[in-house]
Amino acid sequence: MHGFLLRIAKRQEPSPLWRSALVLCGAVLVALAFSILLLALRGISPLEGCRVLVMGAFGSAWALQDCLLKAIPLFLCSLGVAIAFRLQIWNIGAEGQFALGAIGATWAALTFGAQPKFILLPMMILAACSAGGLWAMIPAIFRQWLGANEIIVTLMFNYIAILLLDFLVYGIWRDSSGFPMTPAFSKNAILGTIGTSGIHWGLVHCALLGLLCWLFFRSTRLGYEIKASGDNVQAARYAGMPYNFLVVLVMLLSGALAGWAGFLEVSASVHRLQPSIMVGYGFTAIVVAWLARLNPAGIALTSFLLAGLRAGVENLQLDLQIPAAFGAILEGLMLMTVLAGGFFLSYRIVVRRQT
Amino acid sequence: MNSELLIPLLAAAVVSGTPILYATLGEIITEKAGVLNLGVEGVMMMGCFCAFITAQLTGQPWLAFLAAGLAGLCTASLHGLVCLIFQGNQVVSGLALTIFGTGLANYLGTPYIGLAAPGFSPQPIPGLADLPFLGPVFFNHDPLVYLSYLLPVCLWLMFRHSRFGLGLRAVGHSPAAVLAAGLNATAYRWGGILIGGFFMGLGGAYLSLAYTHLWTNNLTAGRGWIAVALVIFAFWRPGRAVFGAYLFGGIMALQLRLQAGGTTLPSSLLLMLPYALTVAVLLFSSWQRGTQAPAALGTNIEPSS
Repeated sequence: MHGFLLRIAKRQEPSPLWRSALVLCGAVLVALAFSILLLALRGISPLEGCRVLVMGAFGSAWALQDCLLKAIPLFLCSLGVAIAFRLQIWNIGAEGQFALGAIGATWAALTFGAQPKFILLPMMILAACSAGGLWAMIPAIFRQWLGANEIIVTLMFNYIAILLLDFLVYGIWRDSSGFPMTPAFSKNAILGTIGTSGIHWGLVHCALLGLLCWLFFRSTRLGYEIKASGDNVQAARYAGMPYNFLVVLVMLLSGALAGWAGFLEVSASVHRLQPSIMVGYGFTAIVVAWLARLNPAGIALTSFLLAGLRAGVENLQLDLQIPAAFGAILEGLMLMTVLAGGFFLSYRIVVRRQT
Repeated sequence: MNSELLIPLLAAAVVSGTPILYATLGEIITEKAGVLNLGVEGVMMMGCFCAFITAQLTGQPWLAFLAAGLAGLCTASLHGLVCLIFQGNQVVSGLALTIFGTGLANYLGTPYIGLAAPGFSPQPIPGLADLPFLGPVFFNHDPLVYLSYLLPVCLWLMFRHSRFGLGLRAVGHSPAAVLAAGLNATAYRWGGILIGGFFMGLGGAYLSLAYTHLWTNNLTAGRGWIAVALVIFAFWRPGRAVFGAYLFGGIMALQLRLQAGGTTLPSSLLLMLPYALTVAVLLFSSWQRGTQAPAALGTNIEPSS
């Protein structure tokens, strides 16, 4: 009797780039196929659904611009999340840190609104980064010195931050119009667009910060220590690396980046603080960071693609009345399939003939 | 506080705590088997929606309750698929499950927002309901609350005295030892994930069938995450979970009462209470240092070659 036996074996060498790319594409396709099936359940032909999704994302100059604008906060949040994940710190709190950044920037804009632009904008950035960074530092301190699980604390801090934002715009910062939002920022508090395009200077901020992060991990001692501690905490401690300090520092940076994104959202996009700025970039950022395997260049590309997905889902909502939650389904599924796909990068399936 | 105010508040605490209790017990079972499932929120949402839609279509609350459990089981099985078969990271898979489950429930539920479904209503237990103090607090509720009184005892018995429960705990402690004993460690983990998911789904069902009786987006509002925190607070023991769940039920009931009572405190600050309490409870339990987590929690079983 001859049969075949399937056996799982660990790969000895890391997978080449082409295999990673292949698995990633396959995983995304599986997630897309399942989601499109959900559209079919509502009586929408898969082709039509795909067309509306892709056109909304990348189909016109306007769509591409919208996509790029959405990619900016996503990139910064995701960069922050990735830095923390590098050290195996699960910062799920980018959403809250983004909110705190927006709050910090708004505080500076409302308090020092009369200052000239070249003073006011740096002040707003500083306030946003400090607010976001300190907000993220609290869970780090809780984790290192009190042993509290950072996943749950950062997540709870999201809820609290969003409610804090509501508290401010419904209360002491409410505009005289009576709507739950602050007064519009003064002209000096607004970050302008690049030339005549609709893209604001935040894009340049992203490029610089991305480069800085890459250099930080590549060429500084601290960056090296973070990577080393992420790979093996015990070994890093044994080598005398200041683990507690690294955790707090990394969370500070992580929160500051999300805070910066919050600054850009109020200063360059909305020009005031209002609850509608919280659209879940902080959660999508986690998906982005993981899909990009925590690599800055990958994060840039993935931010753009997932921003496109968001724009496409908005288009689906407008054209075909698909609920906005469709985007979450796609993101969640993609994260799961990519995670499952990782199996084929670390293991191989050997088929053996049984005799 | 006089008893006219206290008794209704405590009774409301039991009611609001019940969905959290179901979910916490579910997560305890899963974590005892060494699997961290951070998707509780998503699993609860799916249970919540399936309960609602089944009750809407059939008018049978008990059938809806069962359907929610099965929906929870199916949703949680995705976590098993990713972590047990494909060796994915448990933290990330759980997050993905939360995003996916919440999204899918909101997506499917959009046409039903604001609609009501038949559910459970309070049925006082004859005799017990007349007890002073205890009667109105514990025995004047819907049947799902009474069911939740039995569950912690059943779980305790299971973990202590059944072969399955002992195997579950062993695989959470050391999968290698379970494998060495010739048992199927992965099968036990599947058991933990599926039964846990079933209970999380029941927790979701309580919200739509007995708590709100109607459907809205994001009905669970972070209760799944509170359940994850309560597992740590409970030191993975079903008995302490009851206490924790009612504590949260109490704070939620208090918050509603203050809001209805026309307090001058802004509602956004009141709404922060349960989330702030979660952090506080987590800090408290880390400081207390009770039973440690199952040793193998969050680690996968490498496929043997």
